[in-house]
Amino acid sequence: MKRLMSFGIVASTVLAFASPVLAQTVFVSTQLRPIEEATVVREELLQDVGDVDYVVEEPPQFAVRMEAERQAGTRTVSVVGALHGEISPLADKDSLEPLDELARTLAAGGMPQSLLDLGKLGKSTQQYIPWMQATYVMAAKKEALQYLPSGADVNALNYDQLIEWGKKMQEATGQPQIGFPAGPKGLMARYFQGYFYPSFTGGVVRTFQSADAAAGWEQLKALWAYVNPNSTNYDFMQEPLAAGEVMVAWDHVARLKNAISAAPDDYVVFPAPAGPKGRGYMPVVAGLAIPKGAPDKDGATKIIEHLTTPEIQLLTASRVGFFPTLNIKLPEDLDPGVALLAGAVTATQASKDALISLLPVGLGDKGGEFNKVYMDSFQRIVLQNEPIGDVLEAQGQTLAKLMTDTKASCWAPDAQSDGPCPVE
Amino acid sequence: MTNNRSWIPYLLILPSVAFLALLFIVPLLQTIWLAFSDNGVPSPANAQRMMADINFARSIKNTFLLTLAVVPVQLAIALVMGTMVAKVGRGRETILWVWTIPLGISDLAAGLVWLSILQNSGYFNSLLLGLGIIERQASWLSYQTPVALFFAIAVAEIWRGTAIVMVIIVAGLNQVPREFREAAEIFGAGAWTRFWRITLPLIRPALQSALILRTVLAFEVFAVVYALGGRNFPVLVGEAYNWQNQNQNYGVAAAYAVLIMIISLAATMIYLKAIKVDPERLP
Repeated sequence: MKRLMSFGIVASTVLAFASPVLAQTVFVSTQLRPIEEATVVREELLQDVGDVDYVVEEPPQFAVRMEAERQAGTRTVSVVGALHGEISPLADKDSLEPLDELARTLAAGGMPQSLLDLGKLGKSTQQYIPWMQATYVMAAKKEALQYLPSGADVNALNYDQLIEWGKKMQEATGQPQIGFPAGPKGLMARYFQGYFYPSFTGGVVRTFQSADAAAGWEQLKALWAYVNPNSTNYDFMQEPLAAGEVMVAWDHVARLKNAISAAPDDYVVFPAPAGPKGRGYMPVVAGLAIPKGAPDKDGATKIIEHLTTPEIQLLTASRVGFFPTLNIKLPEDLDPGVALLAGAVTATQASKDALISLLPVGLGDKGGEFNKVYMDSFQRIVLQNEPIGDVLEAQGQTLAKLMTDTKASCWAPDAQSDGPCPVE
Repeated sequence: MTNNRSWIPYLLILPSVAFLALLFIVPLLQTIWLAFSDNGVPSPANAQRMMADINFARSIKNTFLLTLAVVPVQLAIALVMGTMVAKVGRGRETILWVWTIPLGISDLAAGLVWLSILQNSGYFNSLLLGLGIIERQASWLSYQTPVALFFAIAVAEIWRGTAIVMVIIVAGLNQVPREFREAAEIFGAGAWTRFWRITLPLIRPALQSALILRTVLAFEVFAVVYALGGRNFPVLVGEAYNWQNQNQNYGVAAAYAVLIMIISLAATMIYLKAIKVDPERLP
C-alpha cells in the first residue's frame, strides 16, 4: 500500500511538471511584466497563435533560468522576449538559434535594417528579432512651465537652461524639483550612456575621461544642486511625479507612462536636454529570440511572426505604450498618455542636433559591470564629491579592462575601432 | 548487546547528515570555489575585486555599526520585556502574542512599512506637518541625511528583530527556579541584586543563544536596509545581491557570501567563548 502510494506521488509529480511543457509553447519575457500588461499579452496580443504559456521573469531571474537550462541541457523555454542587453549574454554563450530567414522576411516587410542589425549583437547571424522599441524622455508637470527661463523652448532645452529652470523652481517652491531614477532598480546608467556622455563628449567609451567629460561632470554637479536628493531612492519616476515629490523628471517612457496616462492634461513630455556635442538619445530595443534546443521551435517561430505583424505591433503600442519596430504610422486614437510620449519621441528624433547612441554591443554578460562603471563614477563625483580627474582615471582603467576582456568594438556614437573599443 | 548495536545512532542521524551534505555542504563548497577561482583556475581575483570596490569599506562599516547599535539595544529591550511579562498573571499570552507580531512579518514587508512611515510623503512627515513642527516635507532617507538614515534603519531593525530575542529570553526566564528568588528575598536581596546575581547568571544559556542568533542575523541584514536605504546605505549582503543580480558577476558575489560566513562564524565563536555556560546546565 505504502509503495503504491509513493509511486502514485512520484508519478503525479512527474506528470505535473511534464504536462505543461508538452502542451504549451513557453514564452518567457522580462518585458511587459506588470499584471495589467501581461494580461494584455495573454488575452489580446497572443490570442490567435495557439496555446502559449506567457511567463514573466525579473531580469536577474531570467538570466539565471536561461543559464541553468543551458547548463542542464534541457530547455523548457521556446521563445524569449527581453531587452537587447539581456539577450546579449545568451548570444555570447552561443545559445540562440539563428533567425536570418525571419529577418529577411521582416526586412522586406518594412523593418529598418539598422534595427535588424542591432539584433545581430555583433555576430554574423541574426540572434534576435526586434520586437518593440522605446526610449527615454523628460516629463514635467504643467505648473513647472511657469518657471522655465525666458527664451527657453521646452522641446529644445540645453543643460544651462535646465539648471536655470531647476534653480527657479527651487527658489519658488523651496524644494528641489528635478528627479532622476538613480535608485537601485532605476535606469540611471542609461542616462549616462545614452544622454549625458553623448551630449557632452560625442562618445561613450572613447571619450570617457576626456576634458569634455570632466566639463560635463562639472555641469552635472551644478544641476544636482537642484535635483531632489531622494533621487537615489527613485526607481520609476512615475511614482514621485504622481506623488508630487518632483515636477520634472527623466526616465524610460514605460516608467513614466502610468503617471502621464492617468492625468495626460497635467503633463508635458519633451526631449532630454542637449549638451555641447548635441542631443544624445538612446533607443531601447526589446527582442524575441529562440534558444537552441527549444522544445517547440515551430510554435516559437509562429509567435515571433505574429508579434511582428503590423496589426499586432500597433495593438502593442496602443495597449502597453511600446512603439513598433516596423516602419508604420501610429493610429490617431492612441491613449492620450501614450500619444504624449510618442510626441516627445518624435520630437527627439526630429530635433536638429539629435545624436543617436546605440545600446552596447558585444559586452556579453558584462553589461551589468559596464553600467557599474558609470554609476560608480556618478556616486564618487556627484554624491561623494571626489575630484573628477582622479575618479575618471580610476574608472577609466576599469572600463578599459572591461573592453579588452570582452573584446567589444566601439558602437555609435563612438567612432569605429579595430579590436576592443579604447578608452582614450 | 549494546555493542552489537553501536551503529544504530549513526544510522539514525544518517538522513539528516546526507540532507545537510547535499543541500548545505555541497553548495558551500561550490560557493567557496566560485569565490576563489577565475575561469576554472584558483585565483584571488574575485576577492581583490571585492576589496577594491568603492562600496566594500562602506558596506563593512555600515554592517558592523548597525550590528553594534542594534544588538545591545535589542537585548536590553528584550530583557526588560521578558522580566515585565514574567510578572503578569492574566493576559500574559495576549501580551506575548502582540509583542511577537513583528516576527510574523517578512523582512521586506517590514522595510516597506517603515518606508511608508518615513518617506517624503509618509506618515511621519504628515504628523510633523500637522503639528506645525516642520514647514515642508523633510527627507529622512536620502544620502544627504546619513545620520537620520542610519537611525531610521536601526529603529526599523530593532522593531523587527527584538521579538525573537525576547522569545528566547522568556523561555530562559521560565526555567529559573522560583526557590532561588524566594531564598534571596528572604535574605533581603533587593530587586536589582536578585536580577543581577540570580536571574542573569541563570539565563546565560538563553542569552548565549539569543546573542548568537541575533548577531548572525544582524550581519545578514538586507531587506529592511534595501527598502529604506537602497543605494545610500550599502551593507554586505546587499552588495552580494548587487554583484549577483545587477552586475551578474557571480564570482564577486560568492566572495561576499564567503566573507559574510566567516564574519558570522567568528561572531559565534566569540560568543561561545565569551559567555561561559556551566556545563551542568547544558542540555
